[in-house]
Amino acid sequence: MDKDAAITVENLRKTYGSLTAVNDVSFAVQTEETFGIVGPNGAGKTTTIECLEGLKPPDNGHIRVLGFDPQKDRRALNARIGVQLQESNIAAQIKVWEALELYTSFYSNSVDPEELLEKLSLTPVRNSYYSKLSGGQKQRLFIALSLINNPDIVFFDELTTGLDPQARRLIWDLVRHVNDQGKTVVLTTHFMEEAERLCDRVMIMDHGQIIALDSPEKLIQNLGAEHKVIFSIKGDVQIEWFTNMASVENINIFRDKVTISGKDDRLLADVVNLLTARGIRHYDLHTQQPNLEDVFIALTGKEIRN
Amino acid sequence: MKSLLKLTWIEAKLFWREPQALFFTLIFPLLLLFVYGGIYGNKPKAVFGGFGHVDVSVPSYTAMIIATSGLISTSVIMATYREQKILRRFKATPLSPLILLTADVIVIFFMTALGMILLIAAAKLVFGMRFSGNAFSFAGAFVISCLSFFSLGFILASLIRTARTAQIVSMSIFFPMILLSGATVPLEIMPETIRSYAKIFPLTYVVQFLKGVWFGKAWSEYLTEILILIVMFVTGLLISAKTFRWE
Repeated sequence: MDKDAAITVENLRKTYGSLTAVNDVSFAVQTEETFGIVGPNGAGKTTTIECLEGLKPPDNGHIRVLGFDPQKDRRALNARIGVQLQESNIAAQIKVWEALELYTSFYSNSVDPEELLEKLSLTPVRNSYYSKLSGGQKQRLFIALSLINNPDIVFFDELTTGLDPQARRLIWDLVRHVNDQGKTVVLTTHFMEEAERLCDRVMIMDHGQIIALDSPEKLIQNLGAEHKVIFSIKGDVQIEWFTNMASVENINIFRDKVTISGKDDRLLADVVNLLTARGIRHYDLHTQQPNLEDVFIALTGKEIRN
Repeated sequence: MKSLLKLTWIEAKLFWREPQALFFTLIFPLLLLFVYGGIYGNKPKAVFGGFGHVDVSVPSYTAMIIATSGLISTSVIMATYREQKILRRFKATPLSPLILLTADVIVIFFMTALGMILLIAAAKLVFGMRFSGNAFSFAGAFVISCLSFFSLGFILASLIRTARTAQIVSMSIFFPMILLSGATVPLEIMPETIRSYAKIFPLTYVVQFLKGVWFGKAWSEYLTEILILIVMFVTGLLISAKTFRWE
């Protein structure tokens, strides 16, 4: 077992009746990393994270979170982790500051609730009832509750689902900030972009199994998909300009628009260097890179959002 | 301890923000008092052993408030918390279920006591209510009655999944019970057959006990009632501790 690991999971299995939600899953989460579990609805993400939090008993397997068995030492573990659940609420008629104070009282260690409200931009709604908050404000309040005990590990389950893009970006910044403070973050999402932007490592799940686990960069690299550099040129284009470069695999010229593709990471630098060296006037230069979404489609043969 | 105090205080505020619970605990008993007190007055009557209608009604209405809190408030609060997944969020903290249940019992007890105090104050000021018992003895009987009924409510709460069902089930037990146990209409004026049916309702024992003590009788004359209430309390406590679920 890895001694730097904040979480280790061996052969986790969980079934609901005849449905196998998680099927023999093993992985480890390193201390201070942001670890993403991604996959379509029903892939087993929430079941996995809730087994780690002690909310669900696994049928089989060995789990250690900060050295605790989440089932046997649930309350001791709860004191040291923070959670935001996909499905949960606080009382409709509770005010934001009251919720924070209430949850503060559950822990022997806690941070200053007012400071937390300030950090999460909740100070303007501190006297509002929970039921009156917007979706983004509710999620920020749940983040606040998950951080109130200054936890070592924070679990976020579908944190940004149902939020508009602006609220989502704000939440991303907050998650990065949490991780910057040295906390281990485990999150689930079905937004590939979210996983790519936030996570050090990503575990892709489908049908209760792990189908890939690596850093987003490596996952994309291993896909072997092509990068594309696209630009337009004023005047004549000569195809020979580009053919000598090792990183170039394919060149396509349509009228004044040039598309150069290749698998090598240096493609963009090579093309830009050449254009500069030769003094070729170009405009509208941009790149198209494979992303996690492409990785997912390549691995599962389907789009994630359905 | 810190969490018990905080949880109790917040739960009390939440109770106070819930109009339906407030109405049934604090306002409804006063409405009954004023309506029936207005109709029958409080003149001494032979059938009530020389006391008036209001004198007899106050301990009975107190029993009704206990039934309201015990059956309706307790079960609806817990079912709502479970249905809305508020308990689920609590489960992810070190909070112990015992603290949660204790906080609820404290809050509901104080609201019930407040309902009783308002009732007694109104009966005294408006109808010149007579009280010939010992206040401490009555308070003790009130506490026993509350605990036994709250534990009934917690049994209901652990069996019922949604707030809607909790409401329907608790109301359908509550109304026949308050009508036929002497909590609203005195059993003294009921036919013999109904009086014998009344024995199946736990509330009947609360009414007997409270009424007796209210008119100065000793606890020793109500050992059966006390025993039944204590058995209810212990059974309820055991069952609800055994069946408590966060989700």
